[in-house]
Amino acid sequence: MTIDAQVPSPVRVDKSRGSGFQTAAWIAFTVLLFWMLVALFAPLIAPYGQGELLSDDSFALAGDVGLLGGDYLGRDILTRVVYGAQMTLGLAAIITVIGFAVGIALGFLAAVSGGIVDTVLSRSIDAVMAFPSIMLALIVIASLGTSLEVLVLTIAAIEATRVFRVSRALAMDIGVMDFVEVARARGEGLWWIMRREIFPNATGPLAAEVGIRFTYAILFISALSFLGLGVQPPNADWGSMVRENLQGLLFGSFAPLIPAAAIATVTFSINLIVDWFLHKSNRDISDEILQ
Amino acid sequence: MLTLIVRRLMHAIVVLWVVSVLVFAATEVLPGDVAIAIMGQNATPEALEAIRDRLGLHRPAPVRYVEWLGGLITGDLGISLANSLPGLEMKVSELIAERIDDTVRLAGLAALVSVPLSVLLGLIAAMTAGSRIDRTIQGATLCSLSVPEYFVAAILVMILAVQLRWFPVISSFRTGQTFWQMVPAMVLPVVTLTISVMAHMTRMTRAAVLNVLASPYIEMAILKGVGRSRIILLHALPNALAPIFNVIALNLAYMISGVVIVETVFNFPGMANLMVGAVSVRDIPLVQACAMIFCTAYVGLNLTADLLSIVVNPRLRHPR
Amino acid sequence: MTALLEIDDLWVEGRPPGGDFQSIVKGVSLSVNRGEVLALIGESGSGKSTICLAALAYARPGCRFAGGKVLLEGQDILALEAEDRRPLRGAKVAYVAQSAAAAFNPALTIGRQVTEVARTHGLMSAADADRRAVETYRSLDLPMPEQLGRLYPHQVSGGQLQRLMAAMAVSCDPMLLLLDEPTTALDVTTQIEVLTAFKAVIKQHNSAAIYVTHDLSVVAQIADRIIVLNDGMIMEQGTTQQIVEQPTHDYTKKLMMAVRPPPRSTAGGGTARTDPSASTAPVLEVRGITAGYGRVKKKIVLRDVDLTVNSRQVVGVIGESGCGKSTLARVISGLLPQVSGEIVHNGTVLAPAVEKRSKSEIQSIQIVFQMADVALNPRQRIRDIIGRPLEFYMNMGAAARRERVGELLELVELPREFATRFPKELSGGEKQRVNLARALAAEPDVILCDEVASSLDTVVGAAIIELLKDLQEKLGVAYVFISHDLSTVASFADEIMVLYAGRVVERGPTMDVLSPPFHPYTRLLLSSVPEIRQGWLEDVMKTREAISGISREVELTEVGCPFFARCPLAIVGTCDTLPAPLQQTKVGHLVACHRDIEDLAGEIIQH
Repeated sequence: MTIDAQVPSPVRVDKSRGSGFQTAAWIAFTVLLFWMLVALFAPLIAPYGQGELLSDDSFALAGDVGLLGGDYLGRDILTRVVYGAQMTLGLAAIITVIGFAVGIALGFLAAVSGGIVDTVLSRSIDAVMAFPSIMLALIVIASLGTSLEVLVLTIAAIEATRVFRVSRALAMDIGVMDFVEVARARGEGLWWIMRREIFPNATGPLAAEVGIRFTYAILFISALSFLGLGVQPPNADWGSMVRENLQGLLFGSFAPLIPAAAIATVTFSINLIVDWFLHKSNRDISDEILQ
Repeated sequence: MLTLIVRRLMHAIVVLWVVSVLVFAATEVLPGDVAIAIMGQNATPEALEAIRDRLGLHRPAPVRYVEWLGGLITGDLGISLANSLPGLEMKVSELIAERIDDTVRLAGLAALVSVPLSVLLGLIAAMTAGSRIDRTIQGATLCSLSVPEYFVAAILVMILAVQLRWFPVISSFRTGQTFWQMVPAMVLPVVTLTISVMAHMTRMTRAAVLNVLASPYIEMAILKGVGRSRIILLHALPNALAPIFNVIALNLAYMISGVVIVETVFNFPGMANLMVGAVSVRDIPLVQACAMIFCTAYVGLNLTADLLSIVVNPRLRHPR
Repeated sequence: MTALLEIDDLWVEGRPPGGDFQSIVKGVSLSVNRGEVLALIGESGSGKSTICLAALAYARPGCRFAGGKVLLEGQDILALEAEDRRPLRGAKVAYVAQSAAAAFNPALTIGRQVTEVARTHGLMSAADADRRAVETYRSLDLPMPEQLGRLYPHQVSGGQLQRLMAAMAVSCDPMLLLLDEPTTALDVTTQIEVLTAFKAVIKQHNSAAIYVTHDLSVVAQIADRIIVLNDGMIMEQGTTQQIVEQPTHDYTKKLMMAVRPPPRSTAGGGTARTDPSASTAPVLEVRGITAGYGRVKKKIVLRDVDLTVNSRQVVGVIGESGCGKSTLARVISGLLPQVSGEIVHNGTVLAPAVEKRSKSEIQSIQIVFQMADVALNPRQRIRDIIGRPLEFYMNMGAAARRERVGELLELVELPREFATRFPKELSGGEKQRVNLARALAAEPDVILCDEVASSLDTVVGAAIIELLKDLQEKLGVAYVFISHDLSTVASFADEIMVLYAGRVVERGPTMDVLSPPFHPYTRLLLSSVPEIRQGWLEDVMKTREAISGISREVELTEVGCPFFARCPLAIVGTCDTLPAPLQQTKVGHLVACHRDIEDLAGEIIQH
């Protein structure tokens, strides 16, 4: 009696998902690695200086000026993209690190302390989250201006609220497990419990969250730059590059699409990796439902 | 259930109040001299003092807050600093009134199109989980999730406006146009907004439905010999309604951010565009008013989602 | 005559997430005739549920049929296409799940779900189906049969929901009923009512049934034939009488032993009273503890509880779900500060909250939890789990710890190599042993055992109890042994305390409390423990206890005796208004009842 003839085997569903996913994930890793290297070694890779003018014409064609053509002022797009990688990815990285450090610390603290600490923290975070994130950013920028510090801290604060929610929920889920009670019953202190009992069990979901938050940071900062409220010229940043060169569309230039495509490849890769990572730990869907 | 609803309403009002405090605090209490922002670095000290006097900046913050709040409620949103000249003052409420219709139209159309489509696609994806259809949908949503709205906008403009000349590149509106005359100018912005919102909504709907499909009572229904479509529609969907409502509310709120970008790309004369402009010139009263309106909409949407979830849950409708 | 259901050399494979396919059912053959009740007995992992589901031609996600046939009325249902399997599900073969709460859709009314099979298979009109449903509710003794259909699942009690599952299953007169551990999750007293209901239903419809369980005594009440399963294979099969009275296979014998553990050789008296070297000062005293949950308005779960534990003594705490016994453990260990009362250890009053107690105070009272799976941090190795108390309390260095961990592992009968493993590599019983080792590492005076064997398989749990007994002899540690399983506690404890709805109803030496039982609740408990003898169920249902007490639920009352609503001897006007006074039968034996001791004793003789 053959096996597969009887019931659509879950194996079949999984395999096809698996191999497609695997190759996609590998491509994503490569793309990500590529951009990380570009961001790290930007000054060494860029053919020209960031503000160097290569041509008097706007939107010079590719080949005439540089590999990817010139922007609205006549600068080399390739150079600007490379430096933009450093700016955009670098800022996003800093934002993510700060956001996570603050978010996890507060989230775990709220979950493990419970009581008034939890209430105060949660309510405050709720108040901040009552704003659509872009509104909050706009308001803060209206008062404080567009320096890099303001940008980084504002977005990091907004990210921290999301991370707070996630890590608090995680810590609460883990916190009700008996082994945390056992630690409490032993007389362990709060800090020890957070560090040794809760955190090691949260690394999986938190890793996925890092990926997601990083993409949001990239999209956020480039969106603000696109609005003219983020990174200011003459610094190169992918978002502001799109803004500057938007007119090029009317003249048939691809100039604004290049930095936007760069953003898209990075966020797409990260999303793919996060998806693959999450899928690894999930069960198959019941075939019965598919029948 | 009634007490729960009332409590939720009260909660929303408190949140709105807190938001107003935060908006006020962020714009008027944070460092950054409003007077200098308005008059510029080179203004004479007398001119700066005059502005400060006029704006009443010397009075204590709580007093100014209460005044401002009172103004909001009565409809007096203050004077737009950037658009006024001495003697010819432009009221914020007028500026907003001109533009709010267009933003609402934009968001409304996008919502109208995206919500049913997303829920449908999400349902299909969940029902055919693992199949090629599902993977296509997942791939497509992943793509559009990763791509910033302005990229989508730029591509659309590139193809549809510049190359094919089907639609105008810049949305120009003239006063006195009827709705139908405005449509061509609105298509691209609406489509852009729809695409980015749909991605999130579809994925989340799919996840919510899959979550419900994994419940034990679904297995029980299978063991009773209930057919697939009946299971999805009669067993799974009622339980998925609450999470789906949440998803919709979340994404409509997300659309507020999208509106800001889309209006900028297309130079759409809406409220978000107005606000961005106000931020760059530090037109504080305008920023405050716009922020309050957007946040109220946001809070309102979340409230609606919560209330709908309560109503849809039989455990809350018929307590023990 | 062909059997109704015939399973022929069935093989089923299953795959854990991220692993390879393994055989769950290995070449099982069995048959069920019309009107016959066949019991499948086995522990978790024996494949009994999988076989049950095979009768519906259903394999759980991650599982697949790997060989064999399932013949229903002669037709191989495994060979059918998916669409053709649907008509038989629910109509010819009906499934009753273990958990009613999980089987009912919270968003649909009860009536809708109970009549669903009839309507989707087109066997009856909607009106007919509704009418039949109401009749079935009535025959199952459910309250308000006319209105029941319009209620939602969350509006009825657990026991009622279980019976509604039975109603749902018989709605289309199936030929075969599959009952998958339907009483396992229930209290002993609720179990009786549900068991009776099922038996009635089976008789009424003259259906065949497969009853899956791990509890031999339950099975003896309801099955005609028994099949004993282990690890996907049949160990033994025969008529109920054969298996129960003359088991031949070793595994069956082990199962029987586990269900009815023999009392300790010291006849439940324990070493405490007869051992002159034991100190007379109690090592742990619980005085007037009242405790509850909730921040502002507390829901009081324990009221005025007293307990004394002497050195080397085993005190058993018995009660059903909701009686507060786990709360008691948490109060003693300081995890839940009490509202009033004191915990005294070796003469010192302990702070209510564990955060305020000193390390040595915490060290001497250790707690072992019920669920071994979640009591061990999955990211820590065994040696770290056991080693931490050594480091924390005794500041032991790394080398000394390693040695001591090895010793402790040996003490709980685990190989020393386990020290480097992670919890997920261990079985349930092994994890519980590690739990125990961790508690022993602190070298405590008292160990609080909170239902330590309850979520383990019968055989494995029995082994844990044996280990506890050995350790007690060896190390002389005292236990507070909390459980709902009367027979286990009776075989192990020196003293027993019976809790009902947060109050102590009876307390004293084991033999005094249990034979004869004085308090009406103690009597109800004792009579609810199924004996492995056919016909016991019918006998029990005739007792006065059953008639008045079984179908009700535990209510936490503020005034009066909490057992009032279910007590056959209740005095209206007294028992519901005044708390029951504690009376002494003799030294050390207390009963909380308004009735005189002589009256209670008289009741026993009358029976």
